[in-house]
Amino acid sequence: MIPSKIQLDANGKLKHFLTIEGLSAQILTEILDTAESFAGVTEQQVKKVPLLRGKTIVNLFFEASTRTRTTFELAAKRLSADVLNININTSSAVKGETLLDTLRNLEAMHVDMFVVRHVDSGAAHFFARHAAPHISVLNAGDGRHAHPTQAMLDMFTIRREKGPDFGRLRVAIVGDILHSRVARSQIHALNILNTGDVRIIAPKTLIPADAESLGVRVFHNLAEGIRDVDVIIMLRLQRERMQGALLPSEHEYFRLFGLTEERLELAQPDVTVMHPGPINRGVEMASEVADGSHSVILQQVSNGIAIRMAVMSLCMGRSA
Amino acid sequence: MIERILIQGGHVIDPANKRNDLADVAIAEGRIVAVGQAPDGFTADRVIDASGKHVIPGLVDIAARMREPGLEHKANIASEAQAAAAGGITTVCCLPDTDPVIDTPAVVELIRRRAKQAGHARVVTLGALTQQLAGEHLSEMAALKQVGCCGVTNLNYPMLNTQVMRRAMEYAASFDMTVFIHPEDHALSNQGCAHEGPIATRLGLPGIPSAAETAAVAQHLALIEQIGVRAHFCRLSAGRSIQMIARAQYDGLPVTMDVAAPYLYFSDLDIAGFDSLCHVRPPFRSQQDREALRSGVSRGSVGAICSDHQPHEADAKLNPFPSTQPGISGLDTLLSLTLKLVDDELMTLDEALERVTIGPARILGLDGNGVGSLTVGKVADAAVLDLQQPWEVTTETLYSHGFNTPVMGWQLKGRVSHTLVDGRMAFELE
Repeated sequence: MIPSKIQLDANGKLKHFLTIEGLSAQILTEILDTAESFAGVTEQQVKKVPLLRGKTIVNLFFEASTRTRTTFELAAKRLSADVLNININTSSAVKGETLLDTLRNLEAMHVDMFVVRHVDSGAAHFFARHAAPHISVLNAGDGRHAHPTQAMLDMFTIRREKGPDFGRLRVAIVGDILHSRVARSQIHALNILNTGDVRIIAPKTLIPADAESLGVRVFHNLAEGIRDVDVIIMLRLQRERMQGALLPSEHEYFRLFGLTEERLELAQPDVTVMHPGPINRGVEMASEVADGSHSVILQQVSNGIAIRMAVMSLCMGRSA
Repeated sequence: MIERILIQGGHVIDPANKRNDLADVAIAEGRIVAVGQAPDGFTADRVIDASGKHVIPGLVDIAARMREPGLEHKANIASEAQAAAAGGITTVCCLPDTDPVIDTPAVVELIRRRAKQAGHARVVTLGALTQQLAGEHLSEMAALKQVGCCGVTNLNYPMLNTQVMRRAMEYAASFDMTVFIHPEDHALSNQGCAHEGPIATRLGLPGIPSAAETAAVAQHLALIEQIGVRAHFCRLSAGRSIQMIARAQYDGLPVTMDVAAPYLYFSDLDIAGFDSLCHVRPPFRSQQDREALRSGVSRGSVGAICSDHQPHEADAKLNPFPSTQPGISGLDTLLSLTLKLVDDELMTLDEALERVTIGPARILGLDGNGVGSLTVGKVADAAVLDLQQPWEVTTETLYSHGFNTPVMGWQLKGRVSHTLVDGRMAFELE
């Protein structure tokens, strides 16, 4: 079975949004265009449109999150939907009801959409496969597998900065690719949008097996990897990774893979620097870079709301 | 009570005795009295018409979880011994991770008693290599041998260290017991649930590298060579493991190996839709690995194909992939999946049947009693089957309580009509 098929309805329209993999450039572009129309809404005095009035959206988070959950919530509210936030500590879920029971119970409350974050790869697919036919499922991050709305807001940000032609772009993703669902979704999105050169940069301990098969070039040297690139996406390095045998120290990581103003010189003069947040200043990048003129980190956050509005309305069959 | 049975007019295939021809099989008092023509004066209480069918030794399955004692919500000895008999399996080897663990003679006796009450396939056991399978203290292996355990194993539960493994092997060797090894380096397999490769990378599933198996194979081979213990490598998944062990066989080490039938048909590609029915341990590896396993079975370096039967209740597989329980329900399909290798032109029918009869019987040390063969004067374990009869794997056609199999919906060939264990009818197709 092709995992992406489950996301589309009989007419090839988005029904669930679980992964970027397998979607067409046309669908991705539709999401970006729809988000563009919503970006206007969020800048108005009255930041609401009535598209999803009367609909109920459940944010079902089995993993802690502030930023992602908040932007999903704001997106739903700006579409006039009713929003329910449920945070379930995974350990208590293990003791209590099964995931399927949780799903059935919420379904019984006549909800229309689930936004799911879960520590297991494939959790959003599991929900989509077992949910009632009228319900849409949005993946807000499943294990190391996918975080498709994050990837789309990054594409949106890149398109706004660099224009619609991804073919001429060189994009480098730096950091913990192995554990990153964000990176996997970004790589799929960049390739589907036909990006000229997609690179990943990290020591071998943070690169997944057969990474080239994802459609990237692999670098272990930051200077080589970011040479002449148009976009640099830095990934968050989880502190707990320092305790395993993955990396010797934060100090050495920053020395080898941290983004500094000096290293930024190697990229294109108009390079755009991105980070999905939250940043570890002095580990992934120097503060001067995070706050510098090339950084669009805060725009990413604003764009996240427009993208989530777009995906929510498209999955519910409403366009702006 | 029927004591004298004549299986008449069938095509007998008995790899152990190199027999492949039309012959009658006469059975009396639990033993085979003739293969060919019944002795003068033999009068049967019951005649089974096997014309147009094949008569084979009952299958021997090296590895099946019956889930009893301890996990009866999944299955029990009676249900699974019946599934075995329906699948032509006359001897099932039950693994020690029951609750309580098979580390005392009492548990062996309990299982034997339940199996006897159920009255289907014969159930034998492997004992735990260490107490509670905890990997620290040796089990009372001599006592386990005395009550009939065919060998000892720690399954894929970790050993405290290599010194404990060495001592356990030495102790087992003192009593001429075979040590069954599930090679896995736990630090390398870590929290993984899928073969480390492009598919796991794409799905974001924590990977188990092939080296988790091959590193353990290499380490165990070094110990086996040092100690001289007889060892059997279980459920191999990586092609490289087969090469390493085949090489050791060539060098004269007393080592054998098996694979589980599903590993000959599935690869990591099959988990691409997060299909939890393909969540197994060790994981399905690459297509190249699968081809290497098939080649090992075909050449005979892999001497046995087993079901690795692990029946589950439906809920065990209803979760996101990493949180599901690994394992496949396999007793019902072992025979048909083995016969399919013949249809795939991988091996002859005789060779295929050898891997599920005399091959595993020798590994379990049961061949001397005639298990795995149709030997005159020995136990009468036999199956009568129609090789060409098609059947579909559905929840209706499975006898096991576990419906967790990725071959659900497959059209297979080869249906058993009669299964005899110790000369009594253990299964008869209605």
